[in-house]
Amino acid sequence: MTLMISGVAILAICTLLGALLGDLLGMAIGVKANVGGVGIAMILLISARLWLLRRRLLTDAVTLDVKFWAALYVPVVVAMAAQQNVVAAFVGGPIVLIAAIGGLTLCFGAVALINRLSGSTETMDEIEAREGQLLGASSDSKGKRA
Amino acid sequence: MTMFARVLIANGLLTAFAVVGLIMWLSGLMSRFMTFGRVHGSAIAIIAALVLAFLGGKVTGGTRGIADIPLFSGIAMMGGAMLRDFAIVATAFEVDVDRAKTAGLIGAIALLLGTILPFIVGVLTAAAYGYTDAVSLTTIGAGAITYIVGPVTGAALGASSPVIAISIATGVLKAVLVMIGTPLVAKLIGLDSPRGAMVFGGLMGTVSGVSAGLAATDRRLVPYGALTATFHTGLGCLLAPSILYLCVRAIVGD
Repeated sequence: MTLMISGVAILAICTLLGALLGDLLGMAIGVKANVGGVGIAMILLISARLWLLRRRLLTDAVTLDVKFWAALYVPVVVAMAAQQNVVAAFVGGPIVLIAAIGGLTLCFGAVALINRLSGSTETMDEIEAREGQLLGASSDSKGKRA
Repeated sequence: MTMFARVLIANGLLTAFAVVGLIMWLSGLMSRFMTFGRVHGSAIAIIAALVLAFLGGKVTGGTRGIADIPLFSGIAMMGGAMLRDFAIVATAFEVDVDRAKTAGLIGAIALLLGTILPFIVGVLTAAAYGYTDAVSLTTIGAGAITYIVGPVTGAALGASSPVIAISIATGVLKAVLVMIGTPLVAKLIGLDSPRGAMVFGGLMGTVSGVSAGLAATDRRLVPYGALTATFHTGLGCLLAPSILYLCVRAIVGD
């Protein structure tokens, strides 16, 4: 590769562009702040990755750069939690409990409903049994995390 | 000792990395030995951070949790909007478009329902507890989507810190409940196939909750659930401060 591309730079450009477009979108629809900037930046980054992939510019260094920051996501969220105004949140106590449990119950119900309504599909056990017959023992263990 | 403190304060961001790392390491140990891996280390770490924020708020009387203590002021930088958005955007790099397409329509429906259903519950709960302004209602509703969508939405709309804290707490509690609850209800909700896992990931969101919950249910299902779950926060961040906020504002006014 003659052309060096820095993953951190791509990530930063996508994030900045997303922030800019989010601000513009906010202005366009009359909301006083950034609208969907993070989401837009994510779409830009996905596109950038595909573009690099097609041009064979997606080097390990680029991937490593971005994955480093993706891996920092949980620590950053921990730091974010540590600086929230939790004392004030306790005034709202039961809201947290009811909103979380209510939303969760509804979603569990929806999973059950969709899985029932969409008909039968091959279960993991059946897939494994079939693949086991074909190839001996193997399983797809590409664990994806974010 | 004062020299040591001065070094820590002068290198605030590095101190924050060390402190947060320590919290996460201890949380990982707690996860392994006290919950036997059932509750994900990251969930314990976030709860521990919220507890520290509570203590920091009590001690200093400030509004920025533990970051108001000078020794931990770097936490404000590390968990601030700039690095937060940067890290969240970076996670999009792992999304594999081709594999995502195979989840197809059903995954998209699950994602949309997974965004809208908890949002409505969150908004209604907040309304029941006396919140009337569109910004607070939307922020708390967004927190019921995931603990990332909540603060991102709150920050975008200019919500107050207590409301953002409620929003995060709701999302964190949801993630913890997903981790603990999934193995218990797995049979009941048909969680035995890749497609079932994709539907589950789309509806539940929170990648840490989904991956930990599925890992505790059937390890082979994890990548399928995580695949749709990775879209969840992005979709929430896109919809909550825009369309969903406008809907709420249209109903309750400013």
